Amino acid sequence: MVELVINGQKRKVTEATEDTPLLWVLRDELGLTGTKFGCGIAMCGACTVHIDGQAVRSCSYPVGHVEGEVTTIEGLGNPAALHAVQKAWIDGQVAQCGYCQSGQIMTAAALLDEVPNPTDLQVDQAMSGNLCRCGTYPRIRAAVHAAAKLMAEG
Amino acid sequence: MARYGQQKASTIGTIARRTFLIGSTAVAGGAAFGVWIYKTPYGNPLETGLSEGEAALTPYVKIDQDGVTIITPRAEMGQGIHTTLAALVAEELDVNLEDVRVEHGPASKAYFNDGITEEAVPFAATDHSEKAERMRGVVKKVGKILGMQITGGSSSIPDGYIKMRTAGAAARAALIGAAAKQWGVDAATLSTDNGAVVSPDGKRLDYTQLAVAAADIKLPKAPKLKPRSEWKILGKTMPRVDMVGKSTGTAQFSIDVRFADMLYAAVKMGPYMLCPIIGHDASKAEAMPGVKKIVPLSDGVAVLATNTWNAMQAVKAIEIEYDTPNYPADTEGQIAATAASFDAEPDGENRNDGNVDEALDGNILEREYYVPYLAHATMEPMNAAVLLKDGRLDIWVGTQLPTQIIKEAKKHLGIGPDHVHVHTTLMGGAFGRRAEMDYIIQALRIAKSVEGTPIKLTWSREDDMRHDAYRPMAMARFAAKVENGKAVALDAKYATPSILTSQMGRIGTSIPGSDATIVQSAWDQPYGIPNYRVRGYRPEIMLPLGSWRSVGASQNAFFQESMMDEMAHEARVDPYKFRMDLMTDEASKAVLARVATMAKWGSFLPKNRARGIAFCLSFGVPVAEVIEIVQTENGIKIDKAWAAVDVGIALDPGNIEAQVQGGLNFGLAAAMTGEITVKDGAVEQGNFHDYDSIRMYQAPSIEVAILESGKKIRGIGEPGTPPAAPALANAIFALTGQRIRSLPLRNAVDFV
Repeated sequence: MVELVINGQKRKVTEATEDTPLLWVLRDELGLTGTKFGCGIAMCGACTVHIDGQAVRSCSYPVGHVEGEVTTIEGLGNPAALHAVQKAWIDGQVAQCGYCQSGQIMTAAALLDEVPNPTDLQVDQAMSGNLCRCGTYPRIRAAVHAAAKLMAEG
Repeated sequence: MARYGQQKASTIGTIARRTFLIGSTAVAGGAAFGVWIYKTPYGNPLETGLSEGEAALTPYVKIDQDGVTIITPRAEMGQGIHTTLAALVAEELDVNLEDVRVEHGPASKAYFNDGITEEAVPFAATDHSEKAERMRGVVKKVGKILGMQITGGSSSIPDGYIKMRTAGAAARAALIGAAAKQWGVDAATLSTDNGAVVSPDGKRLDYTQLAVAAADIKLPKAPKLKPRSEWKILGKTMPRVDMVGKSTGTAQFSIDVRFADMLYAAVKMGPYMLCPIIGHDASKAEAMPGVKKIVPLSDGVAVLATNTWNAMQAVKAIEIEYDTPNYPADTEGQIAATAASFDAEPDGENRNDGNVDEALDGNILEREYYVPYLAHATMEPMNAAVLLKDGRLDIWVGTQLPTQIIKEAKKHLGIGPDHVHVHTTLMGGAFGRRAEMDYIIQALRIAKSVEGTPIKLTWSREDDMRHDAYRPMAMARFAAKVENGKAVALDAKYATPSILTSQMGRIGTSIPGSDATIVQSAWDQPYGIPNYRVRGYRPEIMLPLGSWRSVGASQNAFFQESMMDEMAHEARVDPYKFRMDLMTDEASKAVLARVATMAKWGSFLPKNRARGIAFCLSFGVPVAEVIEIVQTENGIKIDKAWAAVDVGIALDPGNIEAQVQGGLNFGLAAAMTGEITVKDGAVEQGNFHDYDSIRMYQAPSIEVAILESGKKIRGIGEPGTPPAAPALANAIFALTGQRIRSLPLRNAVDFV
């Protein structure tokens, strides 16, 4: 049995084996379905979560290897208490189908934590592991900069 | 925060239980409403699902004590349709968009789409003659009679523009009528204000208080709709109704549906969609962790397990025997078969102006073009959740074709329409893929094997990519003549296996005659070339084919607009001017002129930069795009893009901009990298490492201009896609002098 700290709460993993990717533990066992399955090989970024603030691909991260604190999109913020990145995403009307956006937002939040005021190049470098088949990239780029501004303003 | 996710899961449970309850108690005090004003042959599907104190004033408006719910019966696949359809109703009903709930609603013939048939008429979208309009009127009725609830063909807005506003206006009239009765006054003296009926002396009755009484009021036959000048919601950028959910991980896709006792399914399949399985060995899989049951299917072997991971691991251990495919086993063979179709009789001759054979003498430009198969690669792989219990079927699924599921349930499970409840969820992309039934039928059959237990089938990315209904491989052959700087003749031949035959065959329908998608956006382009012939050719179907965002236009625009560029070059005329000189349609000229202005077409560029231009009229929308590229040390970078579109009437400019930007990027992704190939009878690509898409660092800035000629309202989910590939290829020619006649372009040049 694995014990995790997810979104500030202790959770026990009883059903899944230790080699099960964190993604499926989150989605199927713990009911945190905001983190999405896209490719299973860390190529699309839909499953991005934070472990101790670092953006990781949960589809390729065995749950038994998780040592730090996990944050998912549900823990970043919620409709009643939005994180600045989520607010910027809503203000900028970024999402279309929306399926990749949890991962996009988690990657953006990790970037802004490390680089509070990124250049276009830094945004491109950080965000290029996250695919969006709807092609919302122009609005994602704008929203990352808007979020940086929101965070700077506190 | 973990609790938040659990709450979400239990909400689904609550909804499901409530649905069951309503189903078993029929109409419990809910007010049914009279004849729907359009005299549809179909009843109001909401009437059987009402709870106490709830009224369904039309198939699109439901009101209870908590507020107004608007039914938006087209699937939300990212195109923003729930927001726009809800806004159409809200505008006339006089409620704030922020104050209403929006639901897809049940699968019902009442939600037939009569906008989708318009592309099938043999008249160009630019043809507004009486004859063309009469024919469009006839095919609209066909849409109603078929009663097919479908999302596709950029048709939701043309279909819903009048329908949804009328529904809102009719419901408002009924609410006013109910208030008039209650107050004992003439309805004509009353007005409404944001969700309430108001009297001249300032009394107010909320819609929620009037709903049940309003259900007894006869609906007006033809309620007057607001003129555009009085619109409060429509015509302006509006916040999407699904935006908060999609930005917080709380939006519900079918892949997110969970129940406490759910079993999770994965499936082992043969090398192509619907490939028949003739034998299997699942003995190893049976012993693997979490595996509960092996379920043989006609086109696969499913595993039910305690979670999706266990199920996906177990299917890898299953060995299957399958029927050898009856198509050429490799891409080369399929190309040869496609090319051979040019020697057969044409599928159709859709245009024959002047005398091409006579005009084509002397110096003739002969060219051949090719595009490969493409996968849809929606971000959310195919999946469905099903519960079959006590003769009642509930299915939660992202689908573009909900009414077809009712037929499939009858066919595969013998369950009648009254017992089938389709819950159409948000979908993580569709692009045409979710008009298919294959994954749904698998989920139905798996559920049948464990009646009483909810199941969810999830395909792996590899399943999804290798069992698609693909955008077909296609070819074009041109013979052209230019003289004195002008196009004199163009003989255009397009060869594409029939999408229509392939996809209609899978839902048990056959469409006689030629397939309009073969020459879609090829025969009807507004170019006045004096000698101009367009023919379609129909190679055999070699892989399952389906609609892929913009369908035939996706390849034909690349063919036609690359050739236009070749002709302009041959004529030594600027490619923008060359097109403009040929154009016969004012709205098309206007978008071309606008995009040229936006991109500063013709202005100086340094040597390492170049621009390409392309135009395509698809789904009635003329679109012109310019792409500017730059040569860098690491390859070609797509730096900037501009698009001008004419949608007739723009209901939500912000969303139209988003759709054009997204459509353009979708087209660029395919143009740069999209390629599905076949080897030994199987699709070679399996995941995003070998079937990539455009990524952030490759995506250009995109400026969009929206024009409104006002002739007819049009949908914009697809038209942004077709011109992207030729605009990029034409830019590469302008930069390097290299004319690339096959896609993807990365086979010929390097991109950053």
